[in-house]
Amino acid sequence: MVQDLLHSSPGLANFAIFFLLGVVLLLVVLGFVTYGILAERKVMGYMQLRHGPNQLGGNWGLLQTVADVLKLLLKEDIIPKLADRPLFILAPVIAFAPSFMVLATIPFTDKFQFADIGVGLLYYIAVSGLTTFGALLGGWGSNNKYALLGGARAAAQMISYEIPLVMSVLGVILLSGSLNLNDIVHAQKGGWFILLQPIGFIVFFIASVAELNRTPFDLPEAESELVAGFHVEYSGFRFAFFMLAEYVYLFAMSALITVVFLGGWLPPFAFLGFIPGAVWFSLKFCVVIFVYLWLRSTLPRFRVDRLMEFGWKVLLPVALGNIFLTALIKSLFF
Amino acid sequence: MELLNVYQNNYLIVFVFLCLGVLLPVVALFLGKLLRPHKPDDAKYTTYESGIEPFHDSRVQFNVRYYIFALMFVIFDVETVFLYPWAVAYDKLGLFALVEMLIFVVMLVIGLIYAWKKKVLKWI
Repeated sequence: MVQDLLHSSPGLANFAIFFLLGVVLLLVVLGFVTYGILAERKVMGYMQLRHGPNQLGGNWGLLQTVADVLKLLLKEDIIPKLADRPLFILAPVIAFAPSFMVLATIPFTDKFQFADIGVGLLYYIAVSGLTTFGALLGGWGSNNKYALLGGARAAAQMISYEIPLVMSVLGVILLSGSLNLNDIVHAQKGGWFILLQPIGFIVFFIASVAELNRTPFDLPEAESELVAGFHVEYSGFRFAFFMLAEYVYLFAMSALITVVFLGGWLPPFAFLGFIPGAVWFSLKFCVVIFVYLWLRSTLPRFRVDRLMEFGWKVLLPVALGNIFLTALIKSLFF
Repeated sequence: MELLNVYQNNYLIVFVFLCLGVLLPVVALFLGKLLRPHKPDDAKYTTYESGIEPFHDSRVQFNVRYYIFALMFVIFDVETVFLYPWAVAYDKLGLFALVEMLIFVVMLVIGLIYAWKKKVLKWI
């Protein structure tokens, strides 16, 4: 049925159907964010030898995040007098929209995918770069000293780590010969790219933590020095959208790592092929998420000078070297 | 014709996702407007500055380092724009393309080393 739909000529009817399907994915993602935040608090709680949320919704605190979101919805909306009003209002929208847009091309299983475009990987990287504007505009528009510093730091950090991020996947593109995410998964039938591209994977993972603004690279927000970074002045639902964008990116980045390095929906061994692809995908996806949460409760925050120097002096040369190493190995042995 | 339809439909989906991404914040903020209280008070609308009265505009002159990093970013991001098509077509181009790209990257790496020696990469 969906194949017929894709082959029919595009029109308003198609738009409406895609819109409804998109809304379903949006609800799934919002559900993930709700329980992702809870999982983060629970995992961090147990890692720090405490319980985490356990009051609302049973012992597991299942309704804690729902209550938090409702609280944010009922908060008064405050826009400071000195703020640049249009930019202040626009910033959360600019931060959130690309985080949802990148999900369009990710193949969850061989059948469950939204847009199968030829340049899927490039699309992801290009669109995710737009979020920098959200942080920078939010910081600039607030007209607050902490926010401006946080916004500038966010921009500097995101552009510095975007280069190792895009260069580390080049090894994968060299091996698979395509930017299409479906082709990249199919190219991993012989072996996952985490095994063929270990250096690329490590660089990509470190750079992705910096792109997600998560600890140990959460300098734009750095509570202890910048209060909250670029969203100091934001309250209520506008603040919620910055948080939401962050967690939707966590979702998207984990899905991308699963697809690009961990073989997407493919089983680890051929004889395990009877288990459906969706199960494999979600298992790998959960492992990636868990590693992100684990990192957060293990590592302290970087210092800003070390962060920038690490990106330019270590990650960038390593990523460049990895490209040529891969190209050389490919032309010699394949 | 069929392929063109598939192509257009796939980009239609991307457009749908853009619409949803913009609509969700707009709708949610509009709904919030109906629910949330509105009690204006001058003190609430002052800029936060750790409790002291905020003084002069916060948009001050900024460290020039941010600008230099932005320039470096442009150089290396344009480099990746050239690297992507090269990587996709590498199977057809062969060893000659590898040497060519190596020369191109080495030139940019010389730039990086120059910046390194000039202490541009050092963040104070």
